[in-house]
Amino acid sequence: MNLSLLHNNVEKKWRLDTRRIGDDLLEVSCAGRWCLDQNLPAAEITLAGAGDDLRRLSFNTAQLSAWDTGFLAFLRGLCKLCAERGLSIDQEGLPRGVRHLLAMAAAVPEQKGVRRGNGRQSLVSQVGAATVAFFRGVPEMLHFLGEITVSFGRLLSGRARFRLSDLWWEIEEVGPRAVAIVSVISFLVGLILAYLGADQLRLVGAQIFIADLVAIGMVREVGALMTGIIIAGRTGASFAAQLGTMQVNEEIDAFKTLGISPIDFLVLPRMLALILMVPLLTLYASFVGMLAGMLVSVAIFDIGMFEYYTETLRALEIKHFLVGLAKGSVYGAMVAYAGCLRGMQCGRSAESVGEAATSAVVTGILLITITASLMTIIFYRLGI
Amino acid sequence: MAAAPHIEIRDLTMAYGEFVIQHDLNFVVNKGDIFVVMGGNGCGKTTLMRALIGLQRPARGTVFYSGEDFWNVPPEQQARLKRRLGIMFQGGALWSSLTLAENVALPLKEYTDLPARRIAGIVSFKLALVGLAGFEEFYPAELSGGMKKRAGLARAMALDPDILVIDEPSSGLDPLTARRLDDLILELRDSLGTTIVVITHELASILGIGTNSVFLDSENHTMINTGNPREAVVSGDARVRHFLTRGAA
Repeated sequence: MNLSLLHNNVEKKWRLDTRRIGDDLLEVSCAGRWCLDQNLPAAEITLAGAGDDLRRLSFNTAQLSAWDTGFLAFLRGLCKLCAERGLSIDQEGLPRGVRHLLAMAAAVPEQKGVRRGNGRQSLVSQVGAATVAFFRGVPEMLHFLGEITVSFGRLLSGRARFRLSDLWWEIEEVGPRAVAIVSVISFLVGLILAYLGADQLRLVGAQIFIADLVAIGMVREVGALMTGIIIAGRTGASFAAQLGTMQVNEEIDAFKTLGISPIDFLVLPRMLALILMVPLLTLYASFVGMLAGMLVSVAIFDIGMFEYYTETLRALEIKHFLVGLAKGSVYGAMVAYAGCLRGMQCGRSAESVGEAATSAVVTGILLITITASLMTIIFYRLGI
Repeated sequence: MAAAPHIEIRDLTMAYGEFVIQHDLNFVVNKGDIFVVMGGNGCGKTTLMRALIGLQRPARGTVFYSGEDFWNVPPEQQARLKRRLGIMFQGGALWSSLTLAENVALPLKEYTDLPARRIAGIVSFKLALVGLAGFEEFYPAELSGGMKKRAGLARAMALDPDILVIDEPSSGLDPLTARRLDDLILELRDSLGTTIVVITHELASILGIGTNSVFLDSENHTMINTGNPREAVVSGDARVRHFLTRGAA
């Protein structure tokens, strides 16, 4: 079998010829430029039509004017094909540099079992894998919860090892620095509640009860819920990113090798900071929301300021505050738990830090929603 | 008229604010050189590399590539000059969301019209050259530091660049792998005519492959020696000899 292929672009000319010599030898001649910027032939073309009696391959590159990785990749493909068909190759006819680079590429053989397929999983497989991953994740979450509980036990018995300066730093970070965003969101939520209530209460001429709606709504439910969600997005993601980056840099491994519990040193201060600060932020958010409700009622719905104030005082009981504070503490704990859990579970790459932060927010908001529902039912049953 | 030097560093001063890292650097890298930038820790080797590859504007002076003033040409011309460079960063700098094959393939997809099948062949060859055959579908997070470094070299070589700039190629590698990498650098120079700038303080590499060099002094914040490092061992500045003989001379 003889073959001649020519790429005849004037600037970028290459030529491939094959010639049978004797019964079992095929001489492959490569001439012209064999470079990356050209449309070089596939290696398979060289052996197309070669009979079963072919045993050896040799090269003639006397007319080869330029080559680069394009030529090397072509030859490597050809070498693989020859290996598959049991053909021997005589590389003497190739330029010295080509022979050396091909030898270098073959010097470290592929490790057994290292190659992976890159095929995409089917939808069913993906759903299955996600389900398995979820159920495998549950024991991990419970284990982490157990570790935190034990760590709190050490804290109560005075044996937990963390720096108080870290706790103060976290408190400042999650509390005072979050006041601005909590103020804006709470004010707007209070305003929305007032408008919503006014629209309905006007129908029965009971607009004064906007004060009751806003006060009880903000103090018992909405203040804590909105604060929890804000903190999940702001602080939960930050916790996951901090701890995730520490995982990437092996800082957490360094704690473990020193015999220092990373839960005590890293998770406990963050948990405490949120459990202490979220109730205070909740209280603050409730007052800001009530202030917004009062402004709307006075400015838009002609309710007297004193009248609104008196109605608010009449509506609120100490139990409403206690319920709000309890929810704030629990939401704070949930956000800290989700943020620290996802941070500690983080992989070793930059991408996994991003995934940890996203997952911390999603898990935090999910946990807040579940506990909010449970607590509402429990408080209702208890008549609080 | 004689051709302009391949790379020319002229009156280069690198600084972070008021703090001058290196000043008044002047040297030439010729085509086909394996040019070693050497010096102790913190002397500014990597900062010099950042000026060479366009990541950090020098406080003064400039870099010429074949006579073109890299820091004072229009952006599109600078982009064209950058495409002549292949860079291997100290830690590999692989994109973590891409597999090794995708990392090496990205420059080929961006700057050539090659079909996917040929790109796959080239990627496989480049990875085999650095001893990573079969690791195409691995993500950087699944590799050791040395493997990331080698994959970074495979990516730097993807487009057969005219100039290869390599930061600390052998640090953290076992001796045999380091030797293989040195052999590969020599072969790239000999076979493809690649000019190679190596930033390193590994003595075996400096003396084994370097054909030309500059020594950056961290005390005086400037260069104190240029030339073949093997000659510098016997006839160079006393501080360079001290460095190259690990304090024996």
